[in-house]
Amino acid sequence: MSKLARVMLFLARSQSIWSRHIRVWSKLAGPSLMGNFGEPVLYLLVLGYGLGQFVGEVEGLTYMAFLASGVACTSAVNAASFEGMYSAYTRMEVQQTWLGMLATPINVGEVVFGEILWAATKSLISVSAILIVSTVLGLTADGWALFILPVAFLTGLCFASLALVVTSSAKSYDFFLYYSTLFITPMVLLSGVFFPIDTLPNAVQWLSKVLPLYHAISLVRPLMTGGELTSVFLHLFVLATFGAAAAILATYRIKKRLIR
Amino acid sequence: MHAAASQSEIVKSTKLSKLYAGKAVVNKLDLTIDSGCFCGILGPNGAGKTTTLRMLVGHCPMDSGELSILGLPMPENASLIRESVGVVPQMDNLDADFTVEENLYVYGRFFGLSSAVLKERTKELLEFASLEDKAKCKISELSGGMRRRLTLARALINKPKLLILDEPTTGLDPQARQAIWQKLRELKKQGLTLILTTHYMEEAERLCDRVIVMDQGEIMADAAPKRLIKGEIESHVLEVHAASEALLEQLRRDGSIARFERSGDICFFYGEKLNHALEVLEDSSHDDYLFRPANLEDVFIKLTGRDLRE
Repeated sequence: MSKLARVMLFLARSQSIWSRHIRVWSKLAGPSLMGNFGEPVLYLLVLGYGLGQFVGEVEGLTYMAFLASGVACTSAVNAASFEGMYSAYTRMEVQQTWLGMLATPINVGEVVFGEILWAATKSLISVSAILIVSTVLGLTADGWALFILPVAFLTGLCFASLALVVTSSAKSYDFFLYYSTLFITPMVLLSGVFFPIDTLPNAVQWLSKVLPLYHAISLVRPLMTGGELTSVFLHLFVLATFGAAAAILATYRIKKRLIR
Repeated sequence: MHAAASQSEIVKSTKLSKLYAGKAVVNKLDLTIDSGCFCGILGPNGAGKTTTLRMLVGHCPMDSGELSILGLPMPENASLIRESVGVVPQMDNLDADFTVEENLYVYGRFFGLSSAVLKERTKELLEFASLEDKAKCKISELSGGMRRRLTLARALINKPKLLILDEPTTGLDPQARQAIWQKLRELKKQGLTLILTTHYMEEAERLCDRVIVMDQGEIMADAAPKRLIKGEIESHVLEVHAASEALLEQLRRDGSIARFERSGDICFFYGEKLNHALEVLEDSSHDDYLFRPANLEDVFIKLTGRDLRE
């Protein structure tokens, strides 16, 4: 088989897993979409109005406009992380869905990549909802805001891969609290979601700059508010590198866990 | 693609071994299964049955030895081999989010089968599994027996040449079990090669044309069930329940007793005729006994012992 044919087969099989997931999702799309739209509306209105009264302008933006891009990125992170941890763990251990897939020609790498693709799709759905809400609230500047969607997908790929690394070691659902509490929450608080990071001590700023969420926000905020995009390739590179490294590690570890 | 070494050898292993923590779970297994065979693997828990099955589909890396399935060497062809293998796992892993019909469709897509092909096969398989009127039902609405039949149908979606079943009837009521048996016999008639593990001796005796008894990763016996009973054990068994020591002493004087075993308050006398022992029992007032032809379970116990495996 040629290299190209191999890649095509890999993608086709991963896509069949993605299709399975979207089929499940479509059955419960109603409540799921309600969550996707409802959450950001509440956050933006309540925090944007309420907190915005005290904060005033941030980096030349209304607080609500500043917050919108942060909320969009956080939701990309949360959607992919949840899918890569709780849902993936359910399919791996509780329902043994993966074992069923692995009894077909599908390999572990294809299962993992299918999961990552799907989790990133969830990020995309969730950020699309936020983008619609933001536009209705008049928080998006212009058509460039549409480029937020591919960034959201990439952010989803990155955080889905990281979540699957965690899942590869999980013994129960409780295990995920370590990752959420010790990694995701501090990262969200320190990456410029709620306030610009230049108010933080230098060392903390550096810490936030080596984590992927900061780079997602650095792309999404100017795209949403019409600001100036800088270091685009650096930001994309950090997200892609984290994602690729985590995807390879997750595949290796899940293979060790299931094929033993 | 490889040319098949021999189409008649569906499974061939030489000195196949698997170690967990330095202990051999499968120990230098030499096994050849020919096309069209219905092969049962029996063994106590931990005998290495499931590990062996997992190696057959590439779900368990082998530590040494060689294995080829459908003429293709494992594990490098695992994915290609699985295109032509069906698996009925021990634990149900049907998709609870889907209907009966969707379960077959989605699973077929994993094999890369087209919607048109799957539409046709789904119809055939629902009929085969007697689930035509359940096509739109959710999995939670199915009985245990229906779920197993659906799992069986799902394993056939790719028209496999080899079907692997890991304890397919565990936990089913007798009617549901017989329904599965009937389906499996049909498949055997169609020329499919089947490998089944089970804890039910009756199941192996009725279905399989070859029975392999495994223990501690090794093959203890391997023959047709009738031949196993003939070759491995005395023809008859006398089971005496809760008898006094004095009575047992009398019974043991029967010269035709080849073997005697005790398990709790049951005594087992193995032999061809056991005339004397039967006369003694007739004359005594003790009527709690059973004289019967030996069966596969007796062979199994003889080969693997009476100790509990937990």
